[in-house]
Amino acid sequence: MGERRYRSASGAPVALRRRQHSASCRELAVRCPRLQLRSLSAVTSAVWLAAYGLFVLSQNSMVLSAAIFITLFGLIIYLHFVKVDQESLLVIGSLGIQVTSSYASGRESTAFIEMGQVKDVVINEAIHMQKVIYYLCILLQDPGDPQGVSEVVPLFQGGGLLGWWISVWKSAVW
Amino acid sequence: MVLKVFFPSCCSSAESGILIGRWISEQNSAVILAVVHFPFIPVQVKQYLSEVQRVTKVSVSVLGSWSNSKQEKEESLSEFLGDLGTIFSHEPWIQISKEGDSKFWSCSTLQKHSNNPKEEEIILVYYDQRKVMLSHLHPPLATATSTDHKADDASKLSAVFDTVAKSKILFMTDRYDDGPIKLTHWQSDGVEASIIVELMKQASVPVCMLLTFLLSLISGICRSRVLKFWPLSFLWSKLSTCEQLGHRLQHLQVISSNKKAQNQTQLMRKANIFVSLLIDVALGILLMSWLYRKNRIGHLADTLIPVADHIAEELQDLLQWLMGVPAGLKMNRALDQVLGRFFLYHIHLWISYIHLMSPFIEMILWYVGLSACLGLTVALCILSDIIALLTFHIYCFYVYGARLYCLKIYGLSSLWRLFRGKKWNVLQQRVDSCSYDLDQLRLLVVIVQGLIHLLVDLIDSLPLYSIILRLCRSYRLAAGVKFRVLEQQDGKPLRLLMQINPLSYGSVIQTYRLPTYSCYPKDSWTSLCKKLFLGELIYPWKHKGEKQD
Repeated sequence: MGERRYRSASGAPVALRRRQHSASCRELAVRCPRLQLRSLSAVTSAVWLAAYGLFVLSQNSMVLSAAIFITLFGLIIYLHFVKVDQESLLVIGSLGIQVTSSYASGRESTAFIEMGQVKDVVINEAIHMQKVIYYLCILLQDPGDPQGVSEVVPLFQGGGLLGWWISVWKSAVW
Repeated sequence: MVLKVFFPSCCSSAESGILIGRWISEQNSAVILAVVHFPFIPVQVKQYLSEVQRVTKVSVSVLGSWSNSKQEKEESLSEFLGDLGTIFSHEPWIQISKEGDSKFWSCSTLQKHSNNPKEEEIILVYYDQRKVMLSHLHPPLATATSTDHKADDASKLSAVFDTVAKSKILFMTDRYDDGPIKLTHWQSDGVEASIIVELMKQASVPVCMLLTFLLSLISGICRSRVLKFWPLSFLWSKLSTCEQLGHRLQHLQVISSNKKAQNQTQLMRKANIFVSLLIDVALGILLMSWLYRKNRIGHLADTLIPVADHIAEELQDLLQWLMGVPAGLKMNRALDQVLGRFFLYHIHLWISYIHLMSPFIEMILWYVGLSACLGLTVALCILSDIIALLTFHIYCFYVYGARLYCLKIYGLSSLWRLFRGKKWNVLQQRVDSCSYDLDQLRLLVVIVQGLIHLLVDLIDSLPLYSIILRLCRSYRLAAGVKFRVLEQQDGKPLRLLMQINPLSYGSVIQTYRLPTYSCYPKDSWTSLCKKLFLGELIYPWKHKGEKQD
């Protein structure tokens, strides 16, 4: 049980919480950094300044209303589809693994993978621009080929966790 | 291995009794379907279960005992329930007991012939029986297309869903029946039925028979030899209205067939076609009611002739310009005059034909507009056909010009080495510029027709019933399940709530799309432009599966 704080690959603070519900059921939740007020106000002011500049050039007030609509819709779409608030992994022994992402607008998207389909859980390295990031992913069994892998499901999209504490956490899970 | 017990949430407040359900030994899980209450005669219970097993082909058996005591735990009752384990022998014998209003139940198993004395862990999963019974679990789209999916690889959850869905007959008896067995399940408070649904079921049989008879008549007429002569059959195959009508006729035949749908896909297809037809006809009638008000047909007919005249005048001006000295270029006068006069005569013929028809246009439009009640798609196809007919002369010019241009290009490309320099394509320039202006007009017509056919295709293939089902009764289309961990207490089994995870809208559309014919130009816009430049003909009515000319 308990919560620990770490830094993600992009430098933002990330909190990890581990819970053990019973002998065969564990839950890990990663809380991603929240939406910063200063970045929100920066983007909004930039859009509105650009719209005001266009308005001064074209003298058409539709530009201003269009800018307001774009800002509102963009914010709603960002909060509903893009901004991940918390990701959790629920491991139920002999039933399966459940991956839940909850977004900033409250939407939750869940995927349950049965134990029979899981081949292995691995840590993958990825080279992103100039740094190497590590991420955890689940390998799914190919029904036709016992040695093959049909799909790779990456977990914890919101963070970009550093390698060393993933190995600590992996030892805690398995 | 961990023992999983799937318990229906409707039985949480049931009286004490014994649990019946299915034991899936390879997954070490028990799916509980109902609770049988005291008093009962064990022989009758066994008889009833074998009867149910025979009808549903699901191996239903007595799995354990359930005790719900409002007051303190009674020792005698627990002994009695333990003795029941010897009457209904089942390995392992599951005992679930609930004290008072406590949320945390105690669950234990009795293993008589167990090899390992180790106490195994028990997980209690609650599920909503009605939703799981009505739901259809969709396999992931990747595995749905692979053909070598073995039966023994079937997922555990689909076994649970199957068990509940096939045991419908178990849920048909409620507490008001006077049988020897008293059950508790989701329908035990009274079997649900809707009088409207029953009436519609009774009425649908004669309606289907009538519809089948009418459709066989119509298809017999369509297939008669009178309509098969060459000019007529060519015309029918080229008009998109006839294709769309044939398509809808096929749909009606699917709906009115007497055979019950065998599986989920066929049922959904029938339902989708029915809803799609209904909405199509409703929109068509709406369009008709709008069109026939305030004499809009008259206005439409009045504007049609001047527009055709205007186009013809523009074309005539263009030809006169080309026959003269276009942009200061010196042309081959003889060929100019021949081709120009040929095209001018075409336009003259076309305009006289339209003027001849002008008193009848309004009446024709009025009667043709009535066919909009067959559906919005039919109305759109008629519009597309009218555009095609009115611009037919443009298509003729385009064909002549394109063929000549094509010939020139081939001839010139082979003689390019010989005819370099001064003696170069005077004729090609003339046909070229004529072709360019016509090409723009042709492109416009092709774009408009393409958009109309795209819209018709979209309306045809959208599975409306599935989308409405996903919106209103999302548990019926399941992509999977999700588990929620409920409050725990030490020493008690793990409690999970199983809920249904509905299919996403994209997967709904992809799984249940209705197949369509496609009548729009199936080339992409880049290949279209390439064809224009090289002079290959663009056929507006290329069907899927027809070989290229």
